[in-house]
Amino acid sequence: MTTKKKAIMGIKIGMTQIFDENDKAVPVSIIEAGPCTVLQKKKVESDGYESIQVGFYNLKEKLANKPARGHFKKANVKPLRYIKEFRIDNVDEYDVGQEITADIFAAGDLVDVIGTSKGKGFAGGVKRHNFARGSMGHGSKYHRRPGSLGAKGPARVFKGRKLPGRLGGERVTVQGLKVVKVYPDRNLILIKGSIPGPKRGFVIIKNSVKEK
Amino acid sequence: MQNIIKSIEEEYYKKDLPRFGPGDTVKVHVKVVEGTRERLQVFEGTVIKIRGTGLSQTFTVRRTTSGVGVERTFPLHSPKIARIEVTRRGKVRRGRLYYLRQLTGKKARVKEKGRY
Repeated sequence: MTTKKKAIMGIKIGMTQIFDENDKAVPVSIIEAGPCTVLQKKKVESDGYESIQVGFYNLKEKLANKPARGHFKKANVKPLRYIKEFRIDNVDEYDVGQEITADIFAAGDLVDVIGTSKGKGFAGGVKRHNFARGSMGHGSKYHRRPGSLGAKGPARVFKGRKLPGRLGGERVTVQGLKVVKVYPDRNLILIKGSIPGPKRGFVIIKNSVKEK
Repeated sequence: MQNIIKSIEEEYYKKDLPRFGPGDTVKVHVKVVEGTRERLQVFEGTVIKIRGTGLSQTFTVRRTTSGVGVERTFPLHSPKIARIEVTRRGKVRRGRLYYLRQLTGKKARVKEKGRY
């Protein structure tokens, strides 16, 4: 049986390098995760499915609009900036108002991290789709262009043709990252490798779908 | 944000590192695990490069053993390094001593820094 589904929201702090138990240098991303507050529980009877709605990161009272303020009041918590729903199979274990902290994960766990990647603007095919570049020298004037768009016969360009365009700034999931260290009292989680998004970017950490 | 990163790195810094630079001759005591036993191995040579800052700072030591040049790069703050001893201060005029690779024998020496 796989482990119970769990998730937490966080803010990316940045990257550094630490030494692990084998004294090897490991690149790590630091995430300030939680504490997240359960705002609402959805049940099969009332909503048709089971999930918990969770809020994270303090928000000034005046920045929350009236409907949101009412919603927070119902759960008896202060306004929070991010609200997400997690479909978790053990909803009964959570209560409204309960806090989810970084200690739900431990060192060695495999996690998936979801974030919004850094926006790169309008990018060419070389950067966006890993196209091969033309020669920069030897008399070549063909440097970073996209190349042929297809055969002559159809007399049109097929849909889905990889072309230059907007790159980044979209939801990205990185699967199977390893938790290196957790500081429960400081709400910090250290994850091996890079995670999507800029510093101060919002991320969701879930236990990995690749976990066996 | 930077404070959080710094506070995490803080745990891993070594506090008793001697000051040394390119050209200096150092003895690096490295922990080596052989099967289940752990012992110290000494690697002595000339520091030819120090790069990076903070936890990721590394240094490269070069020595010539039976005519073959050997270079090893260590993370400065690695727990695998038990001790670093500076045995000789060298007088050099640049930060990266790559020119030593081309030199052999008597020429591949670094002048000792005089005391003043």
